[in-house]
Amino acid sequence: MEHYLSIFMKSVFVENMALAFFLGMCTFIAVSKSVKTAIGLGIAVIVILTITVPANNLLLNYLLKPGALSWISSEYSDIDLTFLSLITYIGTIAAMVQILEMTLDRYFPPLYNALGIFLPLITVNCAILAGSLFMQERDYNFPESCVFGFGAGVGWALAIVALAGIREKMKYSDVPDGLKGLGITFMTAGLMALAFMSFGGM
Amino acid sequence: MLRKLLDRLHPAFSKGSKLEKLYPMYEAIDTFLYTPSDTTKGASHVRDGMNLKRMMSLVVVALAPCFFMALDNTGYQANLAIANGQGTPIEGWREDVMTALGRGHDPASFVDNMVLGALFFIPVYFVTVAVGGAWEGLFASVRKHEINEGFLVTSALFPLTLPPTIPLWQVALGISFGVVIGKEIYGGIGKNFLNPALTGRAFLYFAYPTQLTGMTIWTAADGFSAATPLGAMASAQVSDTIPALTGYSWLDCFFGYIQGSMGESSTLACLLGAVLLISVGIGSWRVMAGVVSGAFVTSGLFWIFSGNATQNAMMTLNPFWHFVIGGFAFGTVYMATDPVSAAMTDVGRWFYGILIGVMTILIRVINPAFPEGIMLAILFGNTFAPLIDYFVVQANIKRREARYAA
Repeated sequence: MEHYLSIFMKSVFVENMALAFFLGMCTFIAVSKSVKTAIGLGIAVIVILTITVPANNLLLNYLLKPGALSWISSEYSDIDLTFLSLITYIGTIAAMVQILEMTLDRYFPPLYNALGIFLPLITVNCAILAGSLFMQERDYNFPESCVFGFGAGVGWALAIVALAGIREKMKYSDVPDGLKGLGITFMTAGLMALAFMSFGGM
Repeated sequence: MLRKLLDRLHPAFSKGSKLEKLYPMYEAIDTFLYTPSDTTKGASHVRDGMNLKRMMSLVVVALAPCFFMALDNTGYQANLAIANGQGTPIEGWREDVMTALGRGHDPASFVDNMVLGALFFIPVYFVTVAVGGAWEGLFASVRKHEINEGFLVTSALFPLTLPPTIPLWQVALGISFGVVIGKEIYGGIGKNFLNPALTGRAFLYFAYPTQLTGMTIWTAADGFSAATPLGAMASAQVSDTIPALTGYSWLDCFFGYIQGSMGESSTLACLLGAVLLISVGIGSWRVMAGVVSGAFVTSGLFWIFSGNATQNAMMTLNPFWHFVIGGFAFGTVYMATDPVSAAMTDVGRWFYGILIGVMTILIRVINPAFPEGIMLAILFGNTFAPLIDYFVVQANIKRREARYAA
């Protein structure tokens, strides 16, 4: 239990996708103008990461890894398909997003309407793909990757909601012309990362 | 007479004349010395003598005990090390001034301590004001806003958080980062989201760890090394106590005659400041109470559940020690309560304070990379303050809607 808790805390704070690795910056910067939409996007990212990371973990362990195919027949046990992992992960993510979108549309229309635009958008969010790649690099097993996927999503959501809060307050700021818009947002993200350094080294 | 001089200079700075660009400088000096005679032209009149200028000046007054301790303790620690033969005076112009004034290195002599402390603190303070002020003036001139007393507070807080041996060019760099990136690019005071003094301090901390962490930097004497109580505790083995490690009693730490950054060592000085800030209504008591209670509960839980059988000596430290060592009191009273970067709503201030208190203790106890947590905890709190406000306001809107719907 303690082990899972530590993976969770680590993925939320210490190795925050947005503010420690600077992943998913495009949506992080673009969709952080209001807290409301940021929360919507944040939830979408949490859901997608929680589903895709364990799904890719299963694929990795039962299809791609060296020896993973031995459940079919022992003669396949020396096949190594890991060179396919990147394209497999992308495919899984795209498929999962599609399925999730259709399921939500059919059974939970209000949630679908709330998340609508963001779901297709995060198919190409690098934070999502990074979740699966980190899972492979760190050799997480299935329960670990569930916890990691959820934690990474929560961390990213926390960061974008905080940034949106700051940007709503910054409506009252008087930013020099050259820095208006993206410039000041990047600097703000950098300063937020400075504050998140408090977890560095744990 | 001064009034006449200022009045005579006024046309030189007004629109269309040669020195037009420097008007903010003139305005700053003028209104600092005299209350401006302008009155509000619109319909609403706020009848309160409390404006930003008085407010910021009062914060500086509240910092006076810390300034005093900065001079006294910096000198005392150095003189103590020298008198005990553990260190030698740092050669250079400071020593020449000491000799010229005929002062020695006697830790029992109040004047010796104050003079030596001043020789270390005043240059740091001077550089802060000169460099930071230059940036402030530059931005004010180019962007045509007024020079603001907020900088007076920033420039007073920043040097107090530094160790006495810091190179002056680093002071200049730190305050530049704090003022420009932490404040001016957002449009000046009131529009930034991080505390500028702390931003500069954190920048220095990560950029130049050798000059801001370790054993040798806290005392202004060559060849002398001693850890701060926090540093000693963070690197200690199981179940050591601060008196056993450093020889300081709880009261030493409370009064502030310990190793540490120049102005932050004395909890008593900070308490005096807190009384003034709360009684005139500048510092938010909710924030301070939040930080203290958050830290108290968190460190209390660690203390109760750790027992003595732990690998981490910080866990066994009881809450009352946490309050008096490191920069806890200084950060709580002067940094966390910064009205710009703290939460704005009353309920939000509680949450904001508690978040800082909890984070401080978590960083101190759990994170082996940093012995002190208050600086980063406050920056962390600043990051989430707007969000806390947002949710408090939303909850308020919902409650009112429910009330009027009924």
